[in-house]
Amino acid sequence: MSLILDHVNYSYGDDTALSVHALKDVSLVIPDGQFIGLIGHTGSGKSTLVQHLNGLLKPTSGAIYYNGEDIHDPDFDKKKLRSKVGLVFQYPEHQLFEIDVFKDVCFGPKNLGLSQKETELRAYAALKQVGIADEYFYQSPFDLSGGQKRRVAIAGVLAMKPEILVLDEPTAGLDPRGRDEILDQIAKLKEETGITVILVSHSMEDVAKYVERIIVMNRGSVLYDDTPREVFQHYQELEQVGLAAPQVTYIMQALAKKGMKVNTTATTITEAVEEILKAL
Amino acid sequence: MGQYYQTESVIHKLDPRVKLVATICFIISLFVVDSWVGYVVAAVFLAVMIKLSKVPFRFMVKGMKAIVMILMITVVFNLFLTPGEPLVTFWKLTITKEGLRIAVMMAVRLSFLIVGSSLMTLTTTPNSLTDGMEKLMNPLKYVKVPVHEVAMMMSIALRFIPILLEETDKIMKAQIARGADFESGNLIKKAKAMVPLLVPLFISAFRRANDLAMAMEARCYRGGEHRTKMKPLQYHAADRIAYLVLLVYFSGCVALRIYL
Repeated sequence: MSLILDHVNYSYGDDTALSVHALKDVSLVIPDGQFIGLIGHTGSGKSTLVQHLNGLLKPTSGAIYYNGEDIHDPDFDKKKLRSKVGLVFQYPEHQLFEIDVFKDVCFGPKNLGLSQKETELRAYAALKQVGIADEYFYQSPFDLSGGQKRRVAIAGVLAMKPEILVLDEPTAGLDPRGRDEILDQIAKLKEETGITVILVSHSMEDVAKYVERIIVMNRGSVLYDDTPREVFQHYQELEQVGLAAPQVTYIMQALAKKGMKVNTTATTITEAVEEILKAL
Repeated sequence: MGQYYQTESVIHKLDPRVKLVATICFIISLFVVDSWVGYVVAAVFLAVMIKLSKVPFRFMVKGMKAIVMILMITVVFNLFLTPGEPLVTFWKLTITKEGLRIAVMMAVRLSFLIVGSSLMTLTTTPNSLTDGMEKLMNPLKYVKVPVHEVAMMMSIALRFIPILLEETDKIMKAQIARGADFESGNLIKKAKAMVPLLVPLFISAFRRANDLAMAMEARCYRGGEHRTKMKPLQYHAADRIAYLVLLVYFSGCVALRIYL
């Protein structure tokens, strides 16, 4: 169930004077079951890129293949693709509209033409996956807190049972606790179901803990595509494009510079602690 | 009517009040003149203004597209339904000499009217336009018309159009990603499909309005009384010359009507 982007280019407002080249020659392979972090500064083309993954935007040139099929082929069933590639937009709580939480989550599966029973089963499972308690099911989505609203909106996409889940800045505007809750839940979901997750963010700190592969975008093209360990080694270059490596990297680099024999590739605090203890 | 076209020109730099008054005078002049000479004068005046504005002519024509239907209907009705000396007759329809004259006149008047007012919106930003209106309508305050409030509402409404368009696009995409279908189905189905778009859109519009009101209150906004402007409208030499040109043109049109 892989997704392949082949030399994708995209520009906004093509025939006007203000044409913006948002994606430049992006080629990526997204295999099954990976946990990927897509990182970039504001305006680096992250959001444009993820809208290509489920066919909302059509590349100006280049092609996208899902299971070997060109998704912009006239015979290709885009609706099916959208159920397989679930896209959670920035501030997804702004798309809630139904009179209660449960009905809102049912919207996605209902659009897929599933039976009433199947729809409700999926909605229930999805709400449980994001940790919404039963007592909220029949409340208006607008009465929930910000973090809860966002989780309901994510459940709305999960209920379509996607094979690839794309989350565009799922932690934007949340407090540290809400942020950790959401990220932990996504990690748990990934572990339980084995789906592919693409986490879009501008914060390395957020993703370093969870992902196994990091794609760094800069001005519309892919700057790095590697494991976090390798990407963070380029911390100086990352700073130049307006990003930063996790604080752990800086500490380890500083310690190494002072002459301590530590491995600078530690990416999480636990790893760093072990390294430092070893060196002592 | 066209959206603001950014460039540097004499017309762009004019005070919005001048442009508003000129547009109104131009429209009145179109209905004052009733001879071919008058229309030629109006055409020359308009052509010179377009040239001075440096706005490509195709942008004016864009405004015309919207009224093509009205224009056609006006021409056709005037052409066939005006009584008078018959010119051509086929089947039950008769084109009269008077009908032809009125039809052509109406077409010219309407298209000049649209091009003339497009010229104003193309060369004036919505904000300075509302500023100009507020200043021009100032005397109405004495008959208790809330001039400042109306102008404020207008500029806020104009400001919100692009924001809401962007919001619509975003929500639409989010719902399409959840399998919504805005295109297929009959009229009732299509109307129903709009609910997931309209509800979030209204909520977001109310939220934005609320935030804006709060931000304005926080900056102690109290409406028009004793309010000063950072860039108050002021007439310059160019504006006075423009008024003079306008006066010459307008009195010329009136003179043509009386003496020709």
